[in-house]
Order: sequence, then structure tokens, then C-alpha cells
Amino acid sequence: MLYKRYLSMLLKSQLQYKASFVMTAIGQFLVSFTTFLSMYFMFDRFSQVEGFTFSEVLLCFSVVLMAFSFTECFARGFDVFPRLIRTGELDRILVRPRSVVFQVLTSTMEFTRFGRFLQAVLVLCYAIPASGVNWTGDKIITLIAMFLGGCAVFAGLFILYAGFSFFTIDGLEFMNIFTDGSREFGKYPLVIYGEGVLKLLTYVIPIALFQYYPFLYLIGRTENRWMMVLPLVGFVFLLPCYGFFRLGLSRYQSTGS
Amino acid sequence: MKQYISFFRIRFAAGLQYRTAAWAGISTQFFWGIMNILMYRAFYQSNPEGFPMDFRQLTGYVWLQQAFLAMFMTWFYDNEIFGHITDGSIAYELCRPCDLYSMWFVKNMAIRLSRVALRCFPILLVVALLPAPYGISLPVSLPAFLLFLVSMLLGFLVLIAFNMLVYISAFYTISPMGIRILVTSVLEFLAGAVIPIPFFPKWLQPVLYALPFGSVQSTPFLVYVGHLDAEAAVRAVALQLFWVLALVAVGRFAMGKALKKVVVQGG
Repeated sequence: MLYKRYLSMLLKSQLQYKASFVMTAIGQFLVSFTTFLSMYFMFDRFSQVEGFTFSEVLLCFSVVLMAFSFTECFARGFDVFPRLIRTGELDRILVRPRSVVFQVLTSTMEFTRFGRFLQAVLVLCYAIPASGVNWTGDKIITLIAMFLGGCAVFAGLFILYAGFSFFTIDGLEFMNIFTDGSREFGKYPLVIYGEGVLKLLTYVIPIALFQYYPFLYLIGRTENRWMMVLPLVGFVFLLPCYGFFRLGLSRYQSTGS
Repeated sequence: MKQYISFFRIRFAAGLQYRTAAWAGISTQFFWGIMNILMYRAFYQSNPEGFPMDFRQLTGYVWLQQAFLAMFMTWFYDNEIFGHITDGSIAYELCRPCDLYSMWFVKNMAIRLSRVALRCFPILLVVALLPAPYGISLPVSLPAFLLFLVSMLLGFLVLIAFNMLVYISAFYTISPMGIRILVTSVLEFLAGAVIPIPFFPKWLQPVLYALPFGSVQSTPFLVYVGHLDAEAAVRAVALQLFWVLALVAVGRFAMGKALKKVVVQGG
């Protein structure tokens, strides 16, 4: 398959600079490790937040970080999409006989993000026994659904980000609110930011669908079994994001060269 | 001296051109500030006794952090400088009749200050109008305010002296990405940018205040919100001065050594 070939090609090329690759991966690990440490210090001081304990909150932290770093690795092309526009690289993509999305995805990947992913997996391994959750089949399915739903929502956000770059390059920084912001603030159960924020993150940017609600089911605060499949609604979020991207693409007039 | 002022002016003026980016940045920083404050509020409500400072002091700290983000952000570097080192165009820089360290130092100051100039006032204006525990209050006294200004300047210089060390490391490593990301994450955390230093465990706090990291943004912000008493504040500012001098000395020394060995391959 063509995708596999691209994958191995990009991986090989990045592994050419081994020292830099390892350092960057360690750096990625450390970046999220400081976030983890700061959470540890906060819970060391306050012991709980709105009744959630440290090990319960770690479930949120690790699932969000796993989904984010996984998506960031493979959807990196959308993350650097503004560059494709600025350099005119997109024009080359448009004349090739493969879909745009496929080519953007394969234009670059960022394997050093596995440093972050690894961190998330380690934290999850700690949190799974420590959180005191009784891991029945239902709960395991919920956890997997949370990860998949998270990947879908983050992919949607990256595509949305790329879509916005058709309209503004300078003003893109505000999109960090949604991409980096979701990762950063998704480390705590979203309800701690208050009802208003929770509603916003349920209906507008559906992060709560794969984070807060299924999390409640995991730790046994609700018995509603619908929470198991709720994260998968995240895939629906991909539609408007992709639609927006197409809209931008249809108005694209090239940057000339 | 005149040449450095010119470098500063050019870079500063160039930075002022990015107005859309500034508005995008301002909205991002508002959001970031609000979310942070909501998070601390949740912890405050869960356990008010555990809170190491007044809630008002905390919100002041958060808003100062957001308003002056461009001044103290640890992940921002001038890619042009890394470019000069890795692609060899440093040869041209070396031909200029001025001191490389000072020139880069001044350029970095200018880029950051131009960003702050566009962003800090709208943010400060709005948060000054927010209702009591959520906004930012006036400084405790006039002397405290003056000390805050001095401390801001010194913290800024400490940070840029740090940045310079990372630029200089590129002379030795070719690919500066790794070191850059390591330094960024460590500096960000130990400087109290992730959580303020008073939220660290008690035994760790004195260490962090003593290290150069604590002299970056933590000292000026804590002085402003009145978390440090007068005597501690003066001592902290003196420490900042020490770190500026020490880090600049180290940077100059390392750069001198690197430049002695630098070989630019033809082209």
C-alpha cells in the first residue's frame, strides 16, 4: 500500500539523525512530564479536586495525551499545512492524481511525538490499577472508545486548523486555544472549569464526549451504559471539519511563485 | 552603542507589523488566563486552606503571565540566528564591525518587546476592569511598583541570557532542536510558568528561588501581587542582578571559545 511506503520512507529519513531524533523524543517526553509533575504537586497540596483523586484524574490526563500525541504524529501534515500554502507546495499536491487529504497526511509525520505517547502509556499503566476502577469488559471497551474518539476529535481540530489557513495565516494563533488548549486543559475532568465551559466543550468542540462523560462511567459515578459509545460521536465531528477544509480549498487561488 | 540601538529599532518596527497575529494572540491569552483561573478556583473551592497565596494574588499572577507572555515565553527563538550558524551565513555576521553577542542579545530583546507592546495593554486594560477576585488589582504601593519595573527588566535579561546559551550551543551540536526542547521544558517548569513557585512543595521552593530559573518571571510577578514582603523582594531583585551578570559572563565566554574554533566552509 502506498501509505505504508510513505510511512517507512518518512521513518527512515527521520532516523538518519539519530542523536537529534532521540533528544527530541526525550524532550517531548519531558515536556509532558513537567505537566505530570505539576499535577502531582497540585494534588500533593490539595489531595483532591471536586472529589476526584489524583489517580482518577490521571486516567483523563493519559487518555487525552495518548489521543493527542498519536494524532499529532500522523496528522502532522495538517499541523504544518500553512507552510504548504505559503511555499506553494499545495499546488504540486493539487495536480497529482491522489486525494489531497492522503497527500497532506503523507507529506510529513512526526515520529518524535512517540516520546509523548510513551509518557501517556506509562501514566495509564500506573493509573489503571491505582484508580480503583473495577476493570470489567465494559470499562475496557469504554477506555478504548475514549482513545479512538479522542483521536477523531483531535484529527478534526487539526483539519479545521488547516482549513482556517486558507483564510488567514497570521491569525492562526487563536486556533491553539482548541488544539493545544484541549490537550492542556483536558488533563483535568472538564467539569472543574464550571458548567458553562463544560457545555461549550460538549456541544461546540466535543472534547467532553470522549473525556468527561465516559470518564464518569469509568470511575462509577454514573451507570448509564450509553457513555460507552458516546466517544465515537467524535467521528461525526470530522464531517463539519472536513467540510470546512473543502470550502477553503474550493476558494484557494494559489500564492503564486 | 548607536549601532545596537539601530538593530533594536529595526527589529522592533518589524515586529509591530504583525497586527492580526497580535489580535489572535490576545484572544488566545485571554482564553488561557480564564481557563487557568477556573482551574485554580476549583482547587481553591476543594481545599481553601491548601492555597499558598491569596486567590487575588494568584489571579494577578496569571494575568501578568498572560499579558507579558511574549516577554517571558521560553519556547520562542529567533530561527534566523540558528540559520546563520547552521548554514554558514554567520560569516557575514562576523564581518560586521560589532560584537556578535550584543547584537544577537539586542535583536532578541527587540522582537520580544515589540510583541509585548502590541499585546499587553489590551489585556491589562480588560483584566483591570474584571470584578474583584478575578481581575488584577493595583500594585500594593508605589515603591513596590517601582521595584516591580526593575525586576521585570532584570527577569527579561536573565531569560535572554538563557536564550543566548541555547543559540551558542548550536555551534557545537549542528541540530539545535533537541537541546532547545530540553531547555524549554525544564526552564518553563522551574521558572514557575506551569504552576507558580508557591504551589511547589515547601522543601523545593527555596531551591527554585535560588536557581536562575526563579529569577525570570516569578520574582517580578510575585513582587507585583505582594506575595514577597519588602525585605524578601529586595533580596530577590539583588539575586536577579547577580544572575544577569553571571549568565552574560558565561555566555560571552562560551561564545568566545566557539568563535575561535568556528570554520566556515567556502561557498
